[in-house]
Amino acid sequence: MGFVNQRSLMLSVYIGAEMDHREENKDRRLLLWFFAVATAVKLLLIPSYRSTDFEVHRNWLAITHSLPLTRWYFDETSQWTLDYPPFFAYFERFLSVFARVVDPRIVNLQSGIDYGAESVVYFQRISVIVSDLCLLYGVYRLTRKLEPMKRNLICALVIWSPGLLIVDHIHFQYNGFLLGWLLLSISFLQEGRDLLGGFLFAVILCFKHLFAVAAPVYFVYLLRHYCWSGFVTGFRRLVTIGAVVVAVFVAAYGPFIYHGQIQQVISRMFPFGRGLCHAYWAPNFWVFYIILDKGLAFSLRKLGFDIRIPSASFTGGLVGNSSPFAVLPQITPLTTFALVLLAISPCLVKAWKKPHPGLVARWIAYAYTCGFLFGWHVHEKASLHFTIPLAIVAVQSVEDAKHYFLVSIVSCYSLFPLLYEPQEYPIKVLLLLLHSMVMWLGFTAQYAEKKARKKESGEIKSKFKIGYFEKSYLMGLFIVEMVSQFLHPHFLGDKYPFIPLMLISTYCTVGIMYSWIWQLRRILT
Amino acid sequence: MPKKKPAKHSGDDDIAAPVSSQTGSSIDTLWWWLTHKGTATSFLCISLFALLIRSAVSMYPYSGAGTPPKFGDFEAQRHWMEITTNLPVSDWYRNGTSNDLTYWGLDYPPLTAYQSYIHGVLLRIFSPESVALLSSRGHESYLGKLLMRWTVLSSDVLIFFPAALFFVLVYHRNRTRSSKSEVAWHIAIILLNPCLILIDHGHFQYNCISLGLTLGAIAAVLCGSEVLTCVLFSLALSHKQMSAYFAPAFFSHLLGKCLRRRNPVLAVVKLGIAVIATFVIVWWPYLHSLDDFLMVLSRLAPFERGIYEDYVANFWCTTSILIKWKKLFSTQSLKSISLAATILASLPSMVQQVLSPSNEGFLYGLLNSSMAFYLFSFQVHEKSILMPFLSATLLALKLPDHFSLLTYYALFSTFPLLCRDKLLIPYLTLSFLFTIIYHSPGNHHSVQKTKASFFSFKNLPGYIFLLRAHFFISIVLHVLYLTIQPPQKYPFLLEALIMILCFSYFVMFAFYTNYTQWTLSSHFRSSGKEKKHI
Repeated sequence: MGFVNQRSLMLSVYIGAEMDHREENKDRRLLLWFFAVATAVKLLLIPSYRSTDFEVHRNWLAITHSLPLTRWYFDETSQWTLDYPPFFAYFERFLSVFARVVDPRIVNLQSGIDYGAESVVYFQRISVIVSDLCLLYGVYRLTRKLEPMKRNLICALVIWSPGLLIVDHIHFQYNGFLLGWLLLSISFLQEGRDLLGGFLFAVILCFKHLFAVAAPVYFVYLLRHYCWSGFVTGFRRLVTIGAVVVAVFVAAYGPFIYHGQIQQVISRMFPFGRGLCHAYWAPNFWVFYIILDKGLAFSLRKLGFDIRIPSASFTGGLVGNSSPFAVLPQITPLTTFALVLLAISPCLVKAWKKPHPGLVARWIAYAYTCGFLFGWHVHEKASLHFTIPLAIVAVQSVEDAKHYFLVSIVSCYSLFPLLYEPQEYPIKVLLLLLHSMVMWLGFTAQYAEKKARKKESGEIKSKFKIGYFEKSYLMGLFIVEMVSQFLHPHFLGDKYPFIPLMLISTYCTVGIMYSWIWQLRRILT
Repeated sequence: MPKKKPAKHSGDDDIAAPVSSQTGSSIDTLWWWLTHKGTATSFLCISLFALLIRSAVSMYPYSGAGTPPKFGDFEAQRHWMEITTNLPVSDWYRNGTSNDLTYWGLDYPPLTAYQSYIHGVLLRIFSPESVALLSSRGHESYLGKLLMRWTVLSSDVLIFFPAALFFVLVYHRNRTRSSKSEVAWHIAIILLNPCLILIDHGHFQYNCISLGLTLGAIAAVLCGSEVLTCVLFSLALSHKQMSAYFAPAFFSHLLGKCLRRRNPVLAVVKLGIAVIATFVIVWWPYLHSLDDFLMVLSRLAPFERGIYEDYVANFWCTTSILIKWKKLFSTQSLKSISLAATILASLPSMVQQVLSPSNEGFLYGLLNSSMAFYLFSFQVHEKSILMPFLSATLLALKLPDHFSLLTYYALFSTFPLLCRDKLLIPYLTLSFLFTIIYHSPGNHHSVQKTKASFFSFKNLPGYIFLLRAHFFISIVLHVLYLTIQPPQKYPFLLEALIMILCFSYFVMFAFYTNYTQWTLSSHFRSSGKEKKHI
């Protein structure tokens, strides 16, 4: 009897394990399937519009390939000088090996300028598509321990992220690759492997310094969670992680320090002369600030005060040294830096008090939101830095899902002006609609009531409902789009070309500000 | 298998009922989170994706881009817009000073002309120079291309997509056991039809309109409204005469159904009136004089172009390697021979439908008759594979192993054409996309595997080996076509090889589907053997 029982038990355990294995296999296949579908779309997007960033990256290929390392950060043959940290330069050096094989003209400093042949387009586009494997691995690693529903959702949200497709595969950049590293780093932190997580973050910093906004969070969290365990162990760990970080930075900057060029590298990486806002205002806090200034100047002038119109204008793009503000005090990089730190500080306090690995993704996303809102010369593309990590947070609760639904739509919409040519218009709109639809279906399913899952048909009750305010705000997006795309050109023609852009960034700022306040409240409570 | 509406023929029972219901539920847990809202929502979601793919493909070059003096199909369509918006209706098909019929003269029925007119008017609003009379010949511009592409996109959205939704709703309403993810999979297969996307949005044509109307007509058959069927199919015929590929199936199925009515003559007359009325309305401007009518008709049947053009994977072109048809016979006799061959080839499926009309048999009938036309009719073009392939996508859940191969060879048969249009990347990508969607986790196609296994070609000795060898050769041909220059003596050697390969697969496939159609109802199972001799 006992023998039979044992056998049946073993059998059932065996079957269970087999089932688990098969389940996992199936889910891995689903992840690959997502990625394969995304890859097909990316391949089809090859001939789409590409921004000057395409030429920027091509020029970096040429610089790193045809010049010695000592000249990399000095070269000014093209106006698109190298302004990313050394690891990215090494990455370009690595790519340039293949580029030379494909077509030597790609890596030629002079004759390669504005080279637009098929060879270079295909090479660079495919390099982005292949480097997205990093994103795939990041997502896989981050989600492998989650339950299937959450895993599928995160995969769909990150891998089919419309923002990534727009910025990387149409506009042209390597964000998928870099965000893959970030997700990888977060996944290690969540598993409690802090040293590896810290190491990976240091590596990302040497790829793209804009990721440094989350450095305070990493610093506080690692200090508290990794190093704060008794004097001896703590000290040993502090030294270890310090050594690791220093080693990474030495690997990146060492050669330039050795050649005494570090000053030049830093000045290239932080071009503060570029002004507070980018040509197209990213939807952040400074939009309000500028508008307030304009409004004040206008009304004060009406009241009879003598307000000088500033020589530098925001709509013109590049801004020099003179203050662009008529009434309000000028903003310096230091001010923005202090503001970002101030905004992040509540989350730092929280991280210090209760360093819980499960909350890391939330804090990192919050830090990037702060950086986006208050930073100096922020690009609209930087919104990816928080929408991607927020996707991981989104599956944790209904409230998070509702918040993510809003913020990801807003941040994707704010990327629309990047693709201003009519050819890509249907593509960007469809990407956003598809993303919203997948999000809506996925969240509704995830928070559906248990009973509903069994039911074959009929209305499914779900806790995921989009509130009245969110709905009207999103409807507003539609109106803004109508006005800026159709009404404005129809009634005003080419006059006031900045109005649609201003309208979009102002309206999106409201959403991003809301998201920031929401995240802050969520972290504090 | 759909539960048939006229419940008289219950001969087609499911063999694999328990298997399919079991796997169905496990698939659903995998896809439930995306499909739980039901067919309409899944359809919306998938159609957004399908539109995304279409608009991405439309960024690639069109046929004849930058190749004066004749350009390609894009220029033909644009020229028709130019003609229809600038000339009176009666001059559209007439040779004149401003309408040179040798330069892409209209050679499709009036509905195409009307569609060109509407699109031309739209184009004139935004870019008048792209449809200006005479001066716009060979017009190529960023805006012109974009607007033209958008007219195809909008035609797809307005006609093909609603028709597909109609079909899916009707088809799966009758299938009680199809799970939600199965429905979603089927929608994806219909909407992401790689051949249709490549030809319409890459090469540039408006097949989505005629195929959409046909699809609507098919759905109308399935939901039992025969008058609607007649109207929609007549419209399809008036848009592209190639829709006649489906005519035998429609005709035989409707006839078979009418014969079972209490008053067959009345039923036939009713449908006849619907057809004639639709045709009269559409052709009205050309019905005032016999000359006008004949003038249009002569434009529609370009017999002078010979029995085949280029390298199309049909019977005449393939056998012409051995038998020089064009030298042996006059065009006139070739016309009759090809007509006879076509009728003979589509006869078995017609007879089956007249004898026992059923919904599923009808779908097979569509496939068989269009394939018969593709293989045997006069003046077939590579693009005509769209017709048999569309009906195959409708049966995708029923053709377990054959559908993916059919897609592969259907695409392959258009490979040289698409390469000429510089659509290699979309070709490869869409093949890839089709493969991953077809094999999406959950194995929908394997659900049906046990079906019809009482007879399968797999049991024939050497069949599997033959298929594999076939597939291997086709891969090699892909690579060769892209890499090597054919020998001077045989410049079209590779095209001919591709044609032979595709033709042989199509013939095998046609045998299989004809056989399946005949074995649908057990009453006629014995007759299946007769057909094999034809």
